[in-house]
Amino acid sequence: MTFTAKLWAPPLLSPRFLPVWRRNLLVWKKLAIASVLGNIADPLLYMLALGYGIGSLIGEVGGMSYIAFIGTGMVCQSAMFTASFEGMYSAFSRMHVQRTWEAIINAPIGIDDVMVAEWIWAATKAVMSTAAILVVIMALGYGHTWLVVWILPLGFLVGLTFGAAGLVMNALAPSYDFFTYFFTLVLTPMLLLSGVFFPVEQMPPVLAAVAEFLPLKHAIDIARPLMLGGVPDYVLLHVSVLVFYAALAFYAALVLTRRRLLQ
Amino acid sequence: MNELQGDAARTVEATPAAIRSTVDPQQDRREIVLRVTDLRKRYGANEVVRGLSFEIRRGDCFGLLGPNGAGKTTTLRCCLGLIDPDGGTIEMVGQPVPKAAREARIRVGVVPQMDNLDPDFTVTENLRIYGGYFSLRRAVVDARIPRLLEFAGLASKGSAGIRTLSGGMKRRLTLARALINDPELLILDEPTTGLDPQARHLIWDGLRQLLAQGKTILLTTHFMDEAERLASRLAVIDHGALIASDTPRGLLTQHVEPEVVEVYGDEAKKWADVHGRRLSARLEIAGETAFCYANDAQPLLADLATRAGVRYLHRPANLEDLFIKLTGRELRD
Repeated sequence: MTFTAKLWAPPLLSPRFLPVWRRNLLVWKKLAIASVLGNIADPLLYMLALGYGIGSLIGEVGGMSYIAFIGTGMVCQSAMFTASFEGMYSAFSRMHVQRTWEAIINAPIGIDDVMVAEWIWAATKAVMSTAAILVVIMALGYGHTWLVVWILPLGFLVGLTFGAAGLVMNALAPSYDFFTYFFTLVLTPMLLLSGVFFPVEQMPPVLAAVAEFLPLKHAIDIARPLMLGGVPDYVLLHVSVLVFYAALAFYAALVLTRRRLLQ
Repeated sequence: MNELQGDAARTVEATPAAIRSTVDPQQDRREIVLRVTDLRKRYGANEVVRGLSFEIRRGDCFGLLGPNGAGKTTTLRCCLGLIDPDGGTIEMVGQPVPKAAREARIRVGVVPQMDNLDPDFTVTENLRIYGGYFSLRRAVVDARIPRLLEFAGLASKGSAGIRTLSGGMKRRLTLARALINDPELLILDEPTTGLDPQARHLIWDGLRQLLAQGKTILLTTHFMDEAERLASRLAVIDHGALIASDTPRGLLTQHVEPEVVEVYGDEAKKWADVHGRRLSARLEIAGETAFCYANDAQPLLADLATRAGVRYLHRPANLEDLFIKLTGRELRD
């Protein structure tokens, strides 16, 4: 197979990703408390401050109390940020700074295995922060329905989408500074336009139309009804959008990483 | 025996680009652990490896020597299947590379040029987790760890963090980690670069132990003393091509005059031009030093004894002389 063919080959999936995923889990366990706090402190502060502060002024939004409304947005938002961060900063540390990937691919593990491991790991961390924020929301008295459990696999899917996007950035990054672009150009607009803080319908039609293309918007469209104990409309559409972005981004990340490391 | 072969080799010294072996390959029945044939790798217009061929037999310590940028690391990366060559074939531990590179790496250990231990884990955890990458059962790995720690002189450091280790300890742990899968072939890329003399000697002792156990080693280095101490066979490469390959003794007798007189001092250059060249088989000037190579140094020494203003050192030729002769004195980046 020529190098070009190898570069563009579909991902080689095998259970070999497991020991690499497990390595990340073991490191995480050493720093678990700091890590969870780091991932959920921001969303919790937003949720409580805006939820109670603005919530007391505006009452119900979209058929639910504002704190539950913003809380659901924060669940999805934290999955997005956690996975992005893992795909960018943490993966870059392991790939470039610590050369952990180099050590791993000298063993009988391929770069595809490493990429799958990092991808799944980013999504795993997204689920962890999703779960942590859900627990707080439920402690505050909201979302007491079994349907809420579906938000966990949703967090995983959001994690796959943004973890893969983070890994694309990682493959292109000359240094940590590069990741600022992703925050400014992707994550912040995503956060403000996807209906985290207010319903998308409140925006001018043009922006609302743009929001239809944002994966976070589709995640929130699934999460909000679940929080109220209802089954969301168009689940298949929303899931398909997330899967589409996740698969596209992961394939791009894989090709770019192969190009970066295997030449 | 080496002496005899060396003499035999010297009689054909006039042959250019002497890539000859003093051991008849037909007589060597040991299994070939790594065979590289006509390897080629280019980056854009720059051909980094140009038709490199060599073989490593079981139990040998094969030293791949070359200045910076000669293509050593690229060659290793090709052998491990991490990059695809543009031409040539590689067979490592019986597997074709890159096609079955992953299968080959199951039976190979690698010590990279730069440390890449896991800084978040302890010494023992580093070994255990690396063992996991070889799909080894936990019990097998845990049984090997005490012996490997002992081997690396880290028996009391099992629960120490990586950040607390010295440079030498980190290298030894990296070497121990490369042995977690009990490899047939150990590949070391400049294993002692950046270490102090004490730490280097410890690494060399470890490698000699491994050779005594019958392991096969491929070593790249630009330290001639390292090659001299460890390697049973050497290949000198430059600009991606093989310049010479043989036993260390064979290479010396084939390419370098046996005796060297180094002449220093203000008058050294003048002396070299007037007398040195006449009395040496070959003479090189580097800075303020004249290197006089001779088959018999007695006339040189007799002359130098009568000169004031020069200091000199008489010594046997070593691999450094060979290396400089084959790859030149100019600086490499």
